[in-house]
Amino acid sequence: MSLMVAPILQVTAPRLVRLEEVGKTFANGTVALTGVDMDVRRGEFLSLLGPSGCGKSTILRLLAGLTGPTHGWINWSEQEHELGFVFQEPTLMPWTSVFSNVWLPLRLKGQSRAVAKPAVMEALEKVGLAGFANAYPRELSGGMKMRVSIARALVTRPALLLMDEPFAALDEITRNKLNDDLVALKCELGATVVFVTHSVYESVYLSDRIVVMAPRPGRIVAEIEIEAPLPRAEDFRLEPLYVERCRETSAALHRAMSHEATL
Amino acid sequence: MTRREIQRYALPAFALIAALVGWELVVRVNQIEPVILPAPSLVLKTLIGDWTVLFRSLLVTLTITLQALIAATIGGALLALVFARFRWIEEAFFPFAVIMQVTPVISIAPLLLVYLSSGGAVLVCSFLVAFFPILSNTALGLSSVDHNLLDLFQMYRASRGRQLLWLRLPSALPYFLGGLRIGGGLALIGAIVAEIAAGSAGQGSGLAFRIIESGSRLNIPRMFAALVLISLTGIFIYLVLSALSYLLLHRWHDSARRRET
Ligand SMILES: Nc1ncnc2c1ncn2[C@@H]1O[C@H](COP(=O)(O)OP(=O)(O)OP(=O)(O)O)[C@@H](O)[C@H]1O
Ligand SMILES: [Mg+2]
Repeated sequence: MSLMVAPILQVTAPRLVRLEEVGKTFANGTVALTGVDMDVRRGEFLSLLGPSGCGKSTILRLLAGLTGPTHGWINWSEQEHELGFVFQEPTLMPWTSVFSNVWLPLRLKGQSRAVAKPAVMEALEKVGLAGFANAYPRELSGGMKMRVSIARALVTRPALLLMDEPFAALDEITRNKLNDDLVALKCELGATVVFVTHSVYESVYLSDRIVVMAPRPGRIVAEIEIEAPLPRAEDFRLEPLYVERCRETSAALHRAMSHEATL
Repeated sequence: MTRREIQRYALPAFALIAALVGWELVVRVNQIEPVILPAPSLVLKTLIGDWTVLFRSLLVTLTITLQALIAATIGGALLALVFARFRWIEEAFFPFAVIMQVTPVISIAPLLLVYLSSGGAVLVCSFLVAFFPILSNTALGLSSVDHNLLDLFQMYRASRGRQLLWLRLPSALPYFLGGLRIGGGLALIGAIVAEIAAGSAGQGSGLAFRIIESGSRLNIPRMFAALVLISLTGIFIYLVLSALSYLLLHRWHDSARRRET
């Protein structure tokens, strides 16, 4: 593997979006984010890591345009980009089937059921739920619902995929499999992924770069690059680079948490 | 039959029959005059004997109730949609809603009789009581859409119309059906109350009118027979609306599903 080439490619990768001095204060006075300076590079896998309440979901919502910053700017280097969003909760429409839930983004683009069907079934296959197309969300387990939600985000083959702790409800084996599937898919689509997680190991295994955040008020405290190309094989977890980055990330996270204790 | 089924169906049926038999026995053993308390058997006999008169009254009551309920359903749902779209209209409407809801129908009925024919007054009265639960439940349903789903629709740039059709309406459906079930029961009450208020002055020939008429003629068995028909009408409306609710919700909504145990 050409481990040496990848970092150079990433450093020169063009910027997709830049957050400058971004702050978000909610109407009730909660300062969710303050002074966030961050780039998302085109085609990278970026993880947001940090303790509960540090503003990870808020950053995703800002990137998706679901809310605006109260300070600072968000500058996109391209106007139109297909978005996929996986919410922290499955967020399915309970009144309709798994198929229709995944079909929704395409339906909103005007695709009929017949036209959308191959794409919907392909997305469901990717998350291992092709057999459940006609089930209703009520009839699925928590992890299965989450996978439907992932299929829905993938069905439009988005250029930017925003995922909020998508695998938190899954067992380790399914989780590892979906981790590999996600990276494979990202490489296939050439997509940019911003991925929120609580797991140090998951973030190091998956990411080109990790942004570590601290809470109250939410801010960035560290950025860690993982200089190994994607996709990575399972034995990446045994490499010294992986171990070293896990240690580093873990230490940064500990510092982020202790910040909280002193505030 | 499982123990559960016995409890669900056989037990209530048995209790009802036992009560009727007890009633019959009390009347026969004590030789109570029919003017005071008619036995169930006599009530049944009256029901069959006076069927032509009673059935005509039943049709009148049922027609008025259903007309009022349909009008209330359409009116309530449409107004709820207007409220969801224009918040200021909802706020302007608020005092009227409070006044209409806290004022007992029976007190408006005589007033309605001043302005309207007795048939019209009964219809309006029935409409008014059924209208509010449907309106307020539907309005609540339309505004309790999952915020994340709203975000999702916004992110995919769904038009207002599609958001309404594919998101708000299905979300509001269980609330609307709950309102409809309450409204169905109230529509009957409204119709009966208005007709009683109209009293002998009305040309009305609904079931409530029969009750008053029979009362003044001391025809107590017929009074009971009319009462039985009113109860059955109420049960019929409830069952139809429950069935509708079950049909529309059983695949997805907790209210219409048996809890897994
Ligand atoms: N709609 C809101 N109104 C007020 N405060 C909010 C709102 N949403 C989030 N917050 C606050 O903003 C802060 C950041 O929230 P956010 O959901 O981004 O955290 P998070 O990092 O995603 O946490 P978790 O890991 O628990 O999901 C929290 O302190 C939270 O209380
Ligand atoms: Mg979150």
